[in-house]
Amino acid sequence: MPDLRELYQEVILEHSKAPRNYRELATANHRAEGYNPLCGDHFTVYLDLEGDSIREISFQGSGCAISKASASLMTQSVKGKTRAEAARLFDQFHKLVTGQSPANGNRSELGKLAVFSGVSEFPVRVKCATLAWHTLHAALQGKQQTVSTE
Amino acid sequence: MTTAARRLPREPRPAEVRDANAEFDVHKIRRDFPILRQRVRDRTLVYLDNAATSQKPQVVIDAICRYYERDNANIHRGVHFLSEHATEEYEGARRTVQSFLNAADAGEIIFVRGATEAINLVAQTYGRTNVHAGDEVLITAMEHHSNIVPWQILCEEKGARLRVAPISDSGELLLADFANLLGPRTKIVAVTHVSNALGTITPVQRIIEMAHRWNIPVLVDGAQAVPHLKVDVQAPECDFYVFSGHKVYGPTGIGVLYGKSALLDAMPPYQGGGDMISSVTFEKTIYNKLPYKFEAGTPHVAGAIGLGAALEYVNGLGTDSIAAHEHELLAYATETVSAIPGIRLIGTAKEKAGVLSFLLDSIHPHDIGTILDQEGIAIRTGHHCAQPVMQRFGIAAAARASFALYNTREEVDALVEGIQKVREVFA
Repeated sequence: MPDLRELYQEVILEHSKAPRNYRELATANHRAEGYNPLCGDHFTVYLDLEGDSIREISFQGSGCAISKASASLMTQSVKGKTRAEAARLFDQFHKLVTGQSPANGNRSELGKLAVFSGVSEFPVRVKCATLAWHTLHAALQGKQQTVSTE
Repeated sequence: MTTAARRLPREPRPAEVRDANAEFDVHKIRRDFPILRQRVRDRTLVYLDNAATSQKPQVVIDAICRYYERDNANIHRGVHFLSEHATEEYEGARRTVQSFLNAADAGEIIFVRGATEAINLVAQTYGRTNVHAGDEVLITAMEHHSNIVPWQILCEEKGARLRVAPISDSGELLLADFANLLGPRTKIVAVTHVSNALGTITPVQRIIEMAHRWNIPVLVDGAQAVPHLKVDVQAPECDFYVFSGHKVYGPTGIGVLYGKSALLDAMPPYQGGGDMISSVTFEKTIYNKLPYKFEAGTPHVAGAIGLGAALEYVNGLGTDSIAAHEHELLAYATETVSAIPGIRLIGTAKEKAGVLSFLLDSIHPHDIGTILDQEGIAIRTGHHCAQPVMQRFGIAAAARASFALYNTREEVDALVEGIQKVREVFA
């Protein structure tokens, strides 16, 4: 049986209660909205892109503990990274939360994001964990429309 | 229409209801529902998502199996034994629905896929014929999306206006505002009988009286009412009444539109095809009589038979006894859940049925749902297909426990313990 403590790790609970980079970004030159119509989770991700790299990132919105903590940790993880690096991180994160990441594989690149490994035991919560990342992806693509998890 | 009024907190029940309920042995009744015997996630299943769909008693499952094992044939057309038998069973189910709703005529009972299809049918036939540019359709602020979107589609097509009667902070319809919204431009009123998100029992009697003073027909969405209340479509005098089979212990994919004969007769057909005609030439088709005019194509025969079995099962237990049991359970749940620190109830109307929606501190309902699920407790979390209701209360989502005739006080206790566990995880 999956362990709730694996899902709701301290870091996740802490970030959901006090999300980092939770604000509108005045200098944003890219932004996107993400929406999960099934549960109503709704986030906006703001990006200040300088050339190819993410100079500043922030988010706002409402959602469950998993989605909010994921957005918060994501902003910390991708700040200062290039588009390609952010995309690679998303790919690894996605594999982690969908259980495609080898258990003893090298997760060092994920850093703090490894706290989301418990999500893979809760398939219906994968969308919560990835909503902010899909929104970031859309913002990087320069898409203006709302992305949906459906 | 609501014979067992539910007032919270609990009132002493009248003697006759108590007597009727002496025979309501919920633990014995639970044995009629095979799905409730199983364990999920290594725990005893506590199913509190009945407003989404109810579980099925063995008699319903057996009725469907028996139909396919013994009676399956197309209806209304064969001269052979099986077809005749299947037709009898299907029409028998219609008479069961007729008597359950106390409709004047079996022709007023149209089998459809569910409440959603029934509302779309009325919007697309009665609505398209009678609602024109500048007209208005009146609904309430506590409708399910299925009683909003079909009217929006109609209003958009016709250049008509959708008006919405507001509700109070407790989730009750503001009748004075409702009355003020009625007028010569109002062409139909569509209201829920019981709110799926709030549990509010709406004052349909008053609503219908007010609308009829303007000669406006009223559609009542009974999807959440039929499992919990005794319904009589002639008192008060409903023009249309709709419900889904699967919420009242029947199968999915079958539901009912009740409509007064005079209204149904005057309406154009919804879908064209076989069975809904009495003669077809390339020049002209003559439509069949009621109810067949609205049942194009081979219907969900097994579903109708299953629904008939479900309603007979409910009749066997007694709608008053069921209502009394559920009333007591909801009062107990309201009392025990609201005693938990950090709980905010959404929907605190005086008259409620079957639904307890709540928030816990600032914990998102999805997180509540996941943690309860680990305890084997099934509840609904999210907007409950009633986003405008969520907007009314300034929230994105809520957690909802909803009750059925087979739920017990022990299950309410399990819910309370589960919510305590949520508090521990998020402490």
